Amino acid sequence: MKRRLWDLGCGYRAGDKGDIANVAVFAPDEAIYTLIRSEVTAERVKTHFGSMVRGPVERYEAPNVLALNFVLHEALGGGGPASLRADNLGKTLGGALVRLEIDVSDELGDRRAARPDVAWAGDILDAPR
Amino acid sequence: MGVRVAGGQGFYGDTPRAVTGLVDEGIDYLCLEALAELTLAILQKDRQKDEARGYTRDLPAYLQAALPAVAAGRTKVITNAGGINPAAATRAAVETVRGMGLSGITVATVLGDDLTGRLDELAGQTALGNLESGAPFSAFTPPVLFASAYLGARPIVDALTAGADVVITGRVADAALFLAPLVYEHRWAWDDWDRLAAGTLVGHLLECSGQSAGGNLSVDWASVPRPWDLPYPIAEVEGDGAALITKPASSGGRVTFDTVRHQLLYEVHDPAAYLSPDVVADFTSPRFIDEGSDRVHVSGVKGRAATPTYKALLCHHAGWSGEARVAFSWPDAAEKALATAAIFEKRVQAAGLSVDEWRFERFGVDALGGPTVPPTDAEPPEVLLRAAWRCADARTAALVGRELVPLTLSGPAAGMTGVGRGGGGPSELLGLWPTLVEKTLVDPSVSIAVEKVQ
Repeated sequence: MKRRLWDLGCGYRAGDKGDIANVAVFAPDEAIYTLIRSEVTAERVKTHFGSMVRGPVERYEAPNVLALNFVLHEALGGGGPASLRADNLGKTLGGALVRLEIDVSDELGDRRAARPDVAWAGDILDAPR
Repeated sequence: MGVRVAGGQGFYGDTPRAVTGLVDEGIDYLCLEALAELTLAILQKDRQKDEARGYTRDLPAYLQAALPAVAAGRTKVITNAGGINPAAATRAAVETVRGMGLSGITVATVLGDDLTGRLDELAGQTALGNLESGAPFSAFTPPVLFASAYLGARPIVDALTAGADVVITGRVADAALFLAPLVYEHRWAWDDWDRLAAGTLVGHLLECSGQSAGGNLSVDWASVPRPWDLPYPIAEVEGDGAALITKPASSGGRVTFDTVRHQLLYEVHDPAAYLSPDVVADFTSPRFIDEGSDRVHVSGVKGRAATPTYKALLCHHAGWSGEARVAFSWPDAAEKALATAAIFEKRVQAAGLSVDEWRFERFGVDALGGPTVPPTDAEPPEVLLRAAWRCADARTAALVGRELVPLTLSGPAAGMTGVGRGGGGPSELLGLWPTLVEKTLVDPSVSIAVEKVQ
């Protein structure tokens, strides 16, 4: 069965350098790290992003923080100040990556990302002004 | 004894409000990182309008928060707010010191990162090819709008040695702002690669203000305490390079293994070879121990010899852009947006306007996620269409936008509305050209100017 990286508890952060974006994916534990290390290849990520990433994708490992780092070339429409994209710095590419689905064992099949509790935000916005 | 360094700014436009919390907490050095790649382009536009600009103009606001502690001898400030005009930034800093009625503060300026006037000379001595595309320098479209080398920590250490309380630089590598005071205080040698790597790692963790203290988090973001009072981070760094990453206790935010590892890989390519002017750091080598109570201990960072080159960033004109946004309501919002984009493009063609590049994005459909968004049969309740275009000149870029306006009455279907009030005019696009320059070609031009404000 298939599950999104997000549902497996993977975190993310994206950044930019010129026309290159990088997205780091952080596993919640060793078992998920082992799994994503074998499943989430550079080729998978390149296919996932399709026409958004025109150049090659490289993958690096940072086992000390249970992370994979993907470097996406020609991914920002020419780079920050030359790009016509709304997200010209690739700030949203992390969420786009952890949307990727991978094959998982049955025991991981019921994993779902928790929905955020933003009751505090409602309290602020509903307070008398 | 540990040296306490803090990251008081993560970009041009950040708030100085969290600086007071850092200074009150007791820090030896406040490092203000003001320059992204995009920032240099913004500063270039600023300097085109006024030769006295070209630095980040929020510097006085940051200094006002920090200078009382500087005057009391508790804290020193290091910043790259000089942008592409460090001398002008120093004039603004000196005015700020005087305006606050302070004296006896020594301000140093690091000069020599600006290669703009030297490009012809450098092109005869080194390749200057594009690091990303591999294109040779002959493919660079002149004129060069700015060219800056990413200097390292050495000139900042020289400034501190000369007695500076405030050091203002132009383009230096972000982490070097933080490495410099550690080298100075702990007297690290310039070939002590592991310690230089440790200081560079600390700088990397601190350079993006709130991003290591619970900002821009992914998993569990909604549970960060008091996110409207997000702190900036502090590192307490020992002589052996081991460091404790923490935050002011009284603030909101969070410092954990997870918040720190998010920042560890931010804007990093190969984490085993983080290239900086002073060292090649291995970010896969350190051990992180979450001690609880917003304290993360990091140790064991490995480094190896720095490369013989500086990274440099060149900038050239890349055309003019315009953009417009209109929104569509249910029913058929996504299809109306698509049809409107097509009609807009046809109208621009019919008007004889030349567009070199189009981009249409449908927010509510796939504007941000593109092909990663899974197909769905669900109809979005509303969609925002953003159109952007690139033209050779500003006038054409402005005229293109006017072709969308008649669709208010003559568009394909009901339910299209403008979004908000007003809209910007054409905007100049700037191309970046990252390259390498031998240190031996840059270092002879690097200097510091030291001024004691009386």
